[in-house]
Amino acid sequence: MTATEAERALDASVRVELYRTMVLCRTFEDAILREYHADKKPAFDIGAGLVPGEMHLSSGQEPVAAGVCAHLTADDALTATHRPHHLAIAHGADLRKLAAEIFGREGGFGHGRGGHMHLFDPATHFSCSGIIAEGYPPALGQAFAFKRQGTDRIAVAVTGEGAANQGAFHESLNLAALWNLPVVFVVEDNDWGISVPRKASTATPSNSERAAGYGMPGERIEDNDVEAVYEAAARAVARARAGEGPSLIEVHTVRLLGHFEGDAQGYRDDMAGIESRDPIPRYEKALRDAGLLDDTEASRIREEARAKVEDAITFAKDSPEPDPATALSYVFA
Amino acid sequence: MTVMETQSTDTAGTRRLTTAKAMVEGIAQEMERDPSVIYLGEDVGKYGGIFSSTAGLLDRFGEDRVLDTPISETAFMGLAIGAAVEGMRPIAELMFVDFFGVCMDQIYNHMAKIHYESGGAVKVPMVLTTAVGGGYSDAAQHSQCLWGTFAHLPGMKVVIPSTPHDAKGLIISAIRDDNPVVYMFHKGVMGLPWMAKNPRATDVVPEEPYEVPIGKARIAREGNDITVVSVSLSVHHALDVADRLAADGGIEAEVVDLRSLKPLDREAILTSVAKTGRLVVVDEDYLSYGLSGEVVATITDVDPGMLRAPVARVAVPDVPIPYARSLEYAVLPTRDRIEEAIHQVVKG
Repeated sequence: MTATEAERALDASVRVELYRTMVLCRTFEDAILREYHADKKPAFDIGAGLVPGEMHLSSGQEPVAAGVCAHLTADDALTATHRPHHLAIAHGADLRKLAAEIFGREGGFGHGRGGHMHLFDPATHFSCSGIIAEGYPPALGQAFAFKRQGTDRIAVAVTGEGAANQGAFHESLNLAALWNLPVVFVVEDNDWGISVPRKASTATPSNSERAAGYGMPGERIEDNDVEAVYEAAARAVARARAGEGPSLIEVHTVRLLGHFEGDAQGYRDDMAGIESRDPIPRYEKALRDAGLLDDTEASRIREEARAKVEDAITFAKDSPEPDPATALSYVFA
Repeated sequence: MTVMETQSTDTAGTRRLTTAKAMVEGIAQEMERDPSVIYLGEDVGKYGGIFSSTAGLLDRFGEDRVLDTPISETAFMGLAIGAAVEGMRPIAELMFVDFFGVCMDQIYNHMAKIHYESGGAVKVPMVLTTAVGGGYSDAAQHSQCLWGTFAHLPGMKVVIPSTPHDAKGLIISAIRDDNPVVYMFHKGVMGLPWMAKNPRATDVVPEEPYEVPIGKARIAREGNDITVVSVSLSVHHALDVADRLAADGGIEAEVVDLRSLKPLDREAILTSVAKTGRLVVVDEDYLSYGLSGEVVATITDVDPGMLRAPVARVAVPDVPIPYARSLEYAVLPTRDRIEEAIHQVVKG
């Protein structure tokens, strides 16, 4: 189904918007990367510093977030993974609350209870889970509720290629198809389940083939192509909104960084020339070649992103640490 | 089996129902009142629930609200969670609690934690109903209680009715609660016509909707000599033993039916033991790291001096539930074991 570059006729404003979203996502991740490592030197201690704990950054995977979320509104639900920032940002989650939660501060989405793998934003119906594939089943319920409410709202469930071998993945595809739920399943194939390459984990070359086993359309997008993601998502989202049921989109993307920060990645055999797989410079070049972006506009987009992100980082740092006396708050409503 | 005992009327004209019938009535009244309440699970539709937990609901509310699911617990538990997050009040039935292993991630990592992780921003108002307990040779994978496991993990309330009255009141409270509530019904208290049952499985149940407060124990029988703390079917056994001992003259046991394990009514335990000074805990769950130890710690954390004799714990020793009747009844908390424990503690 994937059209070639020449066959596409994406609106210029859409193309610039895709770029803008990707830049915002990357700018945020770069800032978190900087803050995360700022006080973990010379000896890396995962639990130390302003931003403690595991940190899974999404750099390289922006085309998935930008291409899919372009079709969503804040009324649509999105469930993400342990690597969630790009999806939260592209779906419109508040950057300040996002940053503050990552910093473990009172001003965060969960008042510091959740952390970077457990983000919940009711305003955009965004959530994520640190358990592989287990973000899929709740998305079914959100879609179920939206359908019952008589709306055309949908749920998007995102997971990685490693999750596609979990029972929760297959159970969710089956039930969504069986009950004709307005869900779009997205698989971010970044080639690596921590250190295990896809070829060592998955019996089929494309998870989009697995969609056929559940009677739903499946598409695989190669080469991290943001416009191809956008177009595939347009079809899947329209199908879900029209009440025609779920679809699956797998995107072959790239993990530019480690599984988590501090991962030395000694296992990786695909690092040589990985910069050339960075989707953002590549897309920027495409837009420049098409005459849609010049130096002025490109730097304006980058500067806007930088300002928003630094505002969020400042907000996070200024937000108080949660009072230890409140550690037991929120167990029950 | 879906066969239900028909409701009976006692001589005073007070309506009596089985526990199963009382539970279903509570669900039906809430479904009537609140269109966001749905019931989903395996064989909850035409079958009416393997243990009659949904008998008649499909006919009354239709397939849109009483949904048979595939045998796919992770998917439908997660679906219930997501629907609850978006404002519905789903009831999801795990046919046997023993099956939690195939969907526990949705239960304890998602259902129970989302409210906390979200800093209170997201509520998960759902009920997880599940059948528990043994005594009918269903062996190691279909006979467990496991309530201690659920009560151990933070973020979900755990309620366990032993009577028809409480079955109705607790399911109504559970549905109305803004938190995830695990509602565990023992097959042996349901009053099923195809399983041995205690006469207490049929009792007076008011027709109008009412709540039984979650987190409040019930003094099932008053007495001054010894406190027997229990829950679920074991409450029936404890009452049988207490009545027999009283009739024999000599020992008046107070029986505390906890009804909720999370939150636990520690005050009720302390008040009773302060009065009697003697404690037996009867628990059909496993002995170690569970309810019985928690009840004892409730006393010793406050004042070990309250106890005039060592405590006895009557629970399933740490062994899988055996199949053969002779073996299963060797490990269940039977009336004989309860009586022996009471005598032992009274002697001091």
